[in-house]
Amino acid sequence: MTKRPLPSLIMLAYLLFLLLPIYWLVIMSFKPNSEILGAFTLWPQDFTLGNYRTILTDPSWYMGFVNSFIYVAMNTVISLCVALPAAYAFSRYRFMGDNHLFFWLLTNRMAPPAVFALPFFQLYSSVNLFDTHIAVALAHCLFNVPLAVWILEGFMRGVPREIDETAFIDGYSFPRFFTRIFIPMIGPGIGVAAFFCFMFSWVELLLSRTLTSVDAKPITAIMTRTVSASGLDWGVLAAAGVLTIIPGAIVIYFVRGYIAKGFALGRV
Amino acid sequence: MEKTTNQRAWFLVLPVLILVAFSSIIPMMTVVNYSFQDSFGGNEFFWVGLEWYRELLRSERLWDALGRQLMFSSIILLIEIPLGILVALAMPKKGWLASLCLVLIALPLLIPYNVVGMIWQVFARSDIGLLGRVVTDLGFSYNYTQDAVDAWVTVVAMDVWHWTSLVSLLCYAGVRSIPSAYYQAAEIDQASRWSVFRFIELPKMRGVLIIAVLLRFMDSFMIYTEPFVLTGGGPGNATTFLSIDLVKMALGQFDLGPAAAFSLMYFLVILLVSYVFYTVMIASDKAEAGQ
Repeated sequence: MTKRPLPSLIMLAYLLFLLLPIYWLVIMSFKPNSEILGAFTLWPQDFTLGNYRTILTDPSWYMGFVNSFIYVAMNTVISLCVALPAAYAFSRYRFMGDNHLFFWLLTNRMAPPAVFALPFFQLYSSVNLFDTHIAVALAHCLFNVPLAVWILEGFMRGVPREIDETAFIDGYSFPRFFTRIFIPMIGPGIGVAAFFCFMFSWVELLLSRTLTSVDAKPITAIMTRTVSASGLDWGVLAAAGVLTIIPGAIVIYFVRGYIAKGFALGRV
Repeated sequence: MEKTTNQRAWFLVLPVLILVAFSSIIPMMTVVNYSFQDSFGGNEFFWVGLEWYRELLRSERLWDALGRQLMFSSIILLIEIPLGILVALAMPKKGWLASLCLVLIALPLLIPYNVVGMIWQVFARSDIGLLGRVVTDLGFSYNYTQDAVDAWVTVVAMDVWHWTSLVSLLCYAGVRSIPSAYYQAAEIDQASRWSVFRFIELPKMRGVLIIAVLLRFMDSFMIYTEPFVLTGGGPGNATTFLSIDLVKMALGQFDLGPAAAFSLMYFLVILLVSYVFYTVMIASDKAEAGQ
């Protein structure tokens, strides 16, 4: 095809639309509050790292990041561990009620978190897990496990059955085959599934805010509390926002080759 | 691929079942329980039967929220799907430029929902935001915290900003799976750009497009955090969508009974859509396998 300028123009305009709000946030995080509220500047005149310093030295801020990372990591590990065998079962075998089960799992991905906020609060309070990392990690399994099963099943269908059969004929037991041969083969799929578990757990606010109060409060919840308090500290808030974008950007970079296929849930 | 029947596969599914039962069935049963009872002070309950359902179905609050919700979902689908396809087709196909575009495009998807709300808050405010300031300087009166129309425009723009990339990425995956022989054939036939799109790209994107439409419909149907942070459901109730209304009812006013009944009806609607989604997907999987 001949080169046409129109696609590049569309792309450029779209990227501009995507990046402008982010740009505004980033430069805001380098401005002192007086400049944010007092002057309208496209570039920080009074460049400061003070906002970041506040976050990185104040435990009530940086512990939010630590808490978020703890439950996100827990959630990703739990989701993958239970989803791997299940996805294998769905991709390889026919068993009683398999279709119904698969659909039921999917409905959990579709369930509005708002519906679950109150019952979760009561459930985790009654088993004394309120305000712990594991409570948030388990709550996020509600949508991450079905998603992981779904993505992994899509990837596993792409692995020919003959590989399983050959391994079993060669005398591999199922667990050994699964951990030594099968899991390395679907490495990209696991990476993509982990990426999505990370992402959805990282961005979620409603459940993590409902289930925590002090000890496990995630950074996102800390930010909303700051919004509701009087005397908005826009600079610090913007800096916190920038810091929450960074982990996502790093993770995207690592899975960039697979994102498109991953967002298609392994089904292209 | 031919699957073999093996009932022992249930053992492989068991961990998922236990975990999801804990995080879905038990809470769901509490909701069902509450929806039939009235509570006093949170510890005394008595049976009211279907009273909450009747009351809710008669109340304007629910229907208004549902109306706003449907309008919102339709608007964003009408904008995001065509725009997403357009962007997917405009993406460079290979090289470092393609990687860069992918990473940049995926960026909004990885931003925590409340930060998305905050970004747009500071971007659209007429005192400190770039957009708000520019629009005001151009002579339009624009204030999303006061004016319902402005609030809607801002919430829709935010959602388009946040989620169009998802549609693009899905379509991009679809477009990339088209063998280059198809394009070469089209070139020999001197097909126009439109017919390449209509007869090659669109059919190939059908599968992912279905996923995109349904994912976007469902996610927009339960949108909570972004408008909550941006407008708090206001001005008035102008941007109070179903989830915002539900959380107000359940955690704000602690009306357990009505909130639970609301939850169940809400969930049933989503379940219905999910079922359609699932059936369509299975059908398109089968159709593809049959090709």
